[in-house]
Amino acid sequence: MKNKSVTAKGYLLNTAVLAVVLIVFFTLAATLGSTGEFKLILAPSLWQCCYLVILSASLNLVLGFLGQLSLGHCGFMAIGAYAAALLSLAAQRAGIFTDKSGPVFVLVLLGCILIAGILAALVGLLVGIPALRLKGDYLAIITLGFGMIIVNIINNLPFAGQNGLAEGSASASLYKNGLGFGTASKVTYIWVPILLTLLSMTMMFMFIRSKYGRAIRAIRDDEIAASASGINTSFYKVFTFAYSAFFAGMAGALYACANATLSTSSFAFTNGGILNSTFIVVMVVLGGMGSLTGSMVAAVIMFIVNYQIKNGSWVDALPSAVQGIFAYPMLVYAIVLIIVIMFRPKGIFGSYEFSLIHLKRDFLNHRAKAAAQKAEKKGAKVHA
Amino acid sequence: MPETKIPVLETKKLGITFGGLKAVQDFNIQIYEGELVGLIGPNGAGKTTVFNMLTGVYLPTEGSVLLNGEVLNGKKTHQFVAAGVARTFQNIRLFKDMSVIDNVKTAFTKDIQYNMVDALFRTPKFWKTEKELTEKALDLLDIFHLQEKADWLASSLPYGQQRKLEIARALATDMKLLLLDEPAAGMNPTETAELLECINTIRNRFGVAILLIEHDMSLVLNVCQRIQVIDYGQTIAKGLPEEIVKNPKVIAAYLGE
Amino acid sequence: MSTFIQALAVGLRLGSIYALVALGYTMVYGIIRLINFAHGDFIMVGGYTMIFTIPLVLAIGLPVWVSVIFAIAICAAVGMTTELVAYRPVRKTGTAMTALITAIAVSLFLENLAQALPFIGPNPMVASQIFSAGGFSVSGVTMEWTTIYTIVISAVVMVVLYQFTQRTRLGRAMRCVSEDKEAATLMGINVNHTIVLTFAIGSGLSAVAGLMYIGQYPKVFTTMGVMLGLKAFVAAVLGGIGIIPGAMLGGLVIGLVESFTTAYVSSSMADTFVFLILIVVLILKPAGIMGKNVGEKV
Repeated sequence: MKNKSVTAKGYLLNTAVLAVVLIVFFTLAATLGSTGEFKLILAPSLWQCCYLVILSASLNLVLGFLGQLSLGHCGFMAIGAYAAALLSLAAQRAGIFTDKSGPVFVLVLLGCILIAGILAALVGLLVGIPALRLKGDYLAIITLGFGMIIVNIINNLPFAGQNGLAEGSASASLYKNGLGFGTASKVTYIWVPILLTLLSMTMMFMFIRSKYGRAIRAIRDDEIAASASGINTSFYKVFTFAYSAFFAGMAGALYACANATLSTSSFAFTNGGILNSTFIVVMVVLGGMGSLTGSMVAAVIMFIVNYQIKNGSWVDALPSAVQGIFAYPMLVYAIVLIIVIMFRPKGIFGSYEFSLIHLKRDFLNHRAKAAAQKAEKKGAKVHA
Repeated sequence: MPETKIPVLETKKLGITFGGLKAVQDFNIQIYEGELVGLIGPNGAGKTTVFNMLTGVYLPTEGSVLLNGEVLNGKKTHQFVAAGVARTFQNIRLFKDMSVIDNVKTAFTKDIQYNMVDALFRTPKFWKTEKELTEKALDLLDIFHLQEKADWLASSLPYGQQRKLEIARALATDMKLLLLDEPAAGMNPTETAELLECINTIRNRFGVAILLIEHDMSLVLNVCQRIQVIDYGQTIAKGLPEEIVKNPKVIAAYLGE
Repeated sequence: MSTFIQALAVGLRLGSIYALVALGYTMVYGIIRLINFAHGDFIMVGGYTMIFTIPLVLAIGLPVWVSVIFAIAICAAVGMTTELVAYRPVRKTGTAMTALITAIAVSLFLENLAQALPFIGPNPMVASQIFSAGGFSVSGVTMEWTTIYTIVISAVVMVVLYQFTQRTRLGRAMRCVSEDKEAATLMGINVNHTIVLTFAIGSGLSAVAGLMYIGQYPKVFTTMGVMLGLKAFVAAVLGGIGIIPGAMLGGLVIGLVESFTTAYVSSSMADTFVFLILIVVLILKPAGIMGKNVGEKV
């Protein structure tokens, strides 16, 4: 039985462990910050991991908890990325900050990220409206369409455009101006993605574990029964779309910071690279539809796998045929995706959430279940 | 019958047409507080269609639905629930991948006062509300002897208990009128007897008006104070159970002319 | 005026290609309620098959169009394999959403497999001329023969297919399965066979569409089917998915919208307009132009 003290204890334990991990990390970062490996590999990787985690978890709100397939998640990300980039450029031209340091710059940076999220959320509202009348396949195709329209419109904006903000707005890429970060600044501002990821994940968990989460899971399981239980399904659907888009927008802003150049082709439905709307769906499905922690784990693992395939020295030792396949990691992901869907339709972790306080309980449960199954095999009728 | 009181549910000439087919027409009913009325009729007579009109799932093409004198025409399902109509479904519709207790707690949603800020910051108001809800939900589950299974997944319950959980969820909406759509369908005699007991408990404890669709005639005759019979969308008889069993029109409708 | 007629001709030609691809989507969707995302990639399979078989066919001394028969056969085989290996197992265990995700995965698989295969690779290949070049001119507007061929072939295919579903035993079985699988089983129809056959026909159609596409743009690349497939799907939904005349209508509408946007607004906005039209139509009429609204049974 759930009761408050266990829940509160769980929050405390998880927060405490997290705090310890963070303190260790930042101490290490402070000492190793200027040296090669950390600066060149770990810090940029962390930036990428952070926005991937936010993206997959935020899509999971719609896909796993609300039960609607959204194929245009990168569209929201694109809005966030471009909004943050353009805003920071405008702020710089207005003379609010000159170089990428000091408290004013930090404020501008955080402000841009926040506004990026809010703008994406507003567009999310717009996308949520068709969700009121359409569901399933139709909605999926509409979200895909919205994603494309967003990218198309950005392409046709005179001040954004296809060529990485180079035309019309600023003279060069975001490295020089605005909020783009080079490797050195990525180390200095490493706390930004970490802070944002923690905040976003907390906000998502609090959302899921409240009346909002119950309401949208109810809509996922049976929309008619949900409205017959007094749930205003329209409100919760649109709200969830907007809420999810908010985080995707912030992730987009982080992407702009980390990549320092923007090109709309990165936000397409599919493309040669790994960052696209389909890839986020892959992460969510692998992690488990309905498990936020699963999404986090999947995003990190997928990032590491992807990084290793591209940069790992062990790849050179493999036969050339395998290397040829690794040149197209999406091929491998597609196969993995099909296999996972076949055998675990709700993803690898399903709706299981990792929690330190429950590790022991879950472990015991697992053993109890295994024991029960054993007993059942012997012919005894066992009720769980 | 207390004629002077306002009925909990009243319909006036309610009717619906599906592409030229008059599925239900001229449906009039009054149900008063604490009353249990049975709605019976052969398969395809339009009973569930009536329920769907009484909950905003279908939009009636004519007539009106009044709840405690308030006209509910054109409202959405969740607004019907807010006004005080709750229902169960012929083919059980639970939130399958949610726990038993969360199924019930979901039905409290419309009455929950805390907002997004409370949820995000876990304010005392949030904790207090959630704690109260859990207690209320467990109370409700207790009526149906489901308290021990509060943590189970709804889909893992046996059939009879799924039906009961659906009723518990409906009760959680704090309704004035409860619509039960074939609650005993697919149940064995023991389960039906238990259900009967539950329905009586509900009436005694909540004093609500209940409209019951049921095929099991013995159940209907046992619990209903009044019965209304429809066939081909038209009311062919209404009255006390003992009148209905003797009504030649009803016998003809059930046995064929 | 000549811009208008030119846009009309281009629109009709594009539209008939979309309609042909949309037919494949509609047939599969009608029967198993699944957006077969991989359908667009079947066009790519057909395109490559033609690229590789045209030299063979010419070497034997047969006319070029014989390679289309190979393409149809290969596409049908790929379509049936997809159904048997990926879709059927998932249909048994999963939901509509997991089936859709599988379809997306199959699409990714086909595209990336083609890129990873050494004899295909990521670079586009140039196809040889299939339709005779040139055209004729009417009141200052040049009509290319390709346009005429495309429109005529796709019209013929569509009429034949429609008659097939209406008149033949197999066609009736297909319509039956899409209405009610259980009832169809009771009537002695082998549902699984019917589904596989639908895949074969739908995928075969995509090979024909591939032919039209190459006739127009003599280039084959691994992602050539993505946008074509998506827009054709939009066409199918627009017309009312599951309805064969709806696919034709939707295809023509999308083709015309695209060509007129390109002619009068901007080519880079064409896709935006296509999807905008889809969104507007679906909001106003969720089942598409010719579709009937069927609510969920409560």
